[in-house]
Amino acid sequence: MHMADALLSPAVGGAMWAASAGTIAYCAKKVRTELDDSRVPLMGVLGAFIFAAQMINFSIPATGSSGHLGGGLLLAILLGPYAAFLTIASVLVIQALFFADGGLLALGCNIFNLGFFPAFIAYPFVYRQLVGAQPTRPRMTMAAIVAAVTGLQLGAFGVVLETVTSGQTSLPFSTFVVMMQPIHLAIGIVEGFVTAAVVSFVYKARPELIQFSPEAKSAGSHPVRGVLLAFLAVAVLTGGIVSWFASKDPDGLEWAISKVTGKEELAGPAQGLHGTLAEVQKKTALLPDYSFRTSGETVKGESQHAGRKNAEGSRLGTSVSGVIGALVSLAFALLIGFLLRKRHQSA
Amino acid sequence: MASIDGALLDFKRLDRLANGDTAIHRLDPRAKVLATLVFIVTVVSFGKYEVTALVPFFLFPVVMIALGNLPVPYILKKIALLCPFALVVGMFNPIFDREVLVQVGSLGITGGWLSFVSIVMRSILTVGAAIVLVGVTGFPGVCLALERVGMPRVFAVQLLFLYRYIFVLTDEGSRMERARKLRAFGRKMQPGIFGSLVGHLLLRTWQRAERIHMAMLARGFTGEFHTRTDTRFGGRELLFLSSWSTFFIILRFLNLSQVMGSLVTGIFS
Repeated sequence: MHMADALLSPAVGGAMWAASAGTIAYCAKKVRTELDDSRVPLMGVLGAFIFAAQMINFSIPATGSSGHLGGGLLLAILLGPYAAFLTIASVLVIQALFFADGGLLALGCNIFNLGFFPAFIAYPFVYRQLVGAQPTRPRMTMAAIVAAVTGLQLGAFGVVLETVTSGQTSLPFSTFVVMMQPIHLAIGIVEGFVTAAVVSFVYKARPELIQFSPEAKSAGSHPVRGVLLAFLAVAVLTGGIVSWFASKDPDGLEWAISKVTGKEELAGPAQGLHGTLAEVQKKTALLPDYSFRTSGETVKGESQHAGRKNAEGSRLGTSVSGVIGALVSLAFALLIGFLLRKRHQSA
Repeated sequence: MASIDGALLDFKRLDRLANGDTAIHRLDPRAKVLATLVFIVTVVSFGKYEVTALVPFFLFPVVMIALGNLPVPYILKKIALLCPFALVVGMFNPIFDREVLVQVGSLGITGGWLSFVSIVMRSILTVGAAIVLVGVTGFPGVCLALERVGMPRVFAVQLLFLYRYIFVLTDEGSRMERARKLRAFGRKMQPGIFGSLVGHLLLRTWQRAERIHMAMLARGFTGEFHTRTDTRFGGRELLFLSSWSTFFIILRFLNLSQVMGSLVTGIFS
């Protein structure tokens, strides 16, 4: 799922931009120095292929809904991690610019969530470990499903972390996790099946295309690391399955929500009127230019009846003037646009 | 499949807008890309409950659309498709954040609704800015600008390659899907069929890439694209970038809507 600009804070967006830009620079260097230059056109054309494949929908059996290929894992299997990361990143750049998927600031997050996890975690540490040296069809399917689920679970968790740390949403962390992870478990299983179907088709027709790239081999040859990472993958998978069951059972989600809202309800009375008002004041302080911030102070200081009335009056005044001002500025903006257009046409 | 063709047509139309020849189109792409980035960062830097201060920011996309002579209904339609994820997540704000923050008469507006409206406005502004940027700059222009501000060359070449072949391959993909549909009597695509259909497309793509690479080698390809650069970052670009950036930064600290509102209500009272 694509992260969006509107949910991001500049700090989180900027940090993820830096992380993704760094990874891109590193991968670009790797591709230039270690791979032959025939890979560059191949990467470009395969990126375009992912676009085409994403536009073809298939129906998911027994659900009545339809899905499409994500393609991250498929690219990693075909190109190896470095080239795959660059290709996924380029696909995401075009999606952000032309299809408004996410946005330009969220691009860093999206490249990281949808590129880093499949290419550098799911492919080398899960897919390659499970598929082994002599791939068979069932083995390949199983490996693709586990790898796709791992990649998507991590990606979804990334989305949750980025959204929650940005603070634009009021959705509590636990509820958000319980919502996102199960959905992506299902998406991951479908993605794994479809990736396996494409890979095994290509493997039958041109087995030499699906080769073992040298980087991945060296990563996988370390037995202890392999075991540790397989363990990690299993842990992630189990986490996904457990959270899925938790949400299938309606009590689970309800419990989570009631826990969250209940806590909020409890916190107020426990801390008394003062605490609640302090909270209100803290919140309203986020809107610096509104006079109802001072109304909060008035109420907090001495809740005299007249004072409060006054405050309410000015509060009403400010919010009305805010609304009117917003409408006027919007009208101004549109008028300027209209005049510019008119001048342009008459010129 | 009508939707593939439709999506492709939509895509081509946005691509073609960049061929316009207005003062905005002629600006160096770097100025437009950087101004758009400043715009987006300023817009998302506002507090969670800010609504009115965001309104004056509409001036930027509106002016760009007007000066760039972009088709308004088309751009509006693109923006209306907004990022669904932001909206879905934003919809939970009114549920979880029920504290009344603004009182208009007897109607209490909760923080959740304020922040939801704020998220919607941010979506419109950021998505709109990105689409307008592509409409007045074009994808190769954006790539060129990013490369000149430090994007690795391999990645720039990769992006341009990808862009050139999207049209070819989506055409091919949509032909394959149409052929399957005509022979399937309304049956839906099963994942197994999808696997071999997309697998075929992949094999063809691969062979095409090999041919392309050989053709390019025959023409002396050394790993970079040479594009004609007829724009430079001059005075007009500097003026464009600095005046918009100053405007955004002023708007960041001065709620223009509030000022306008007090002005208007002051006149009438």
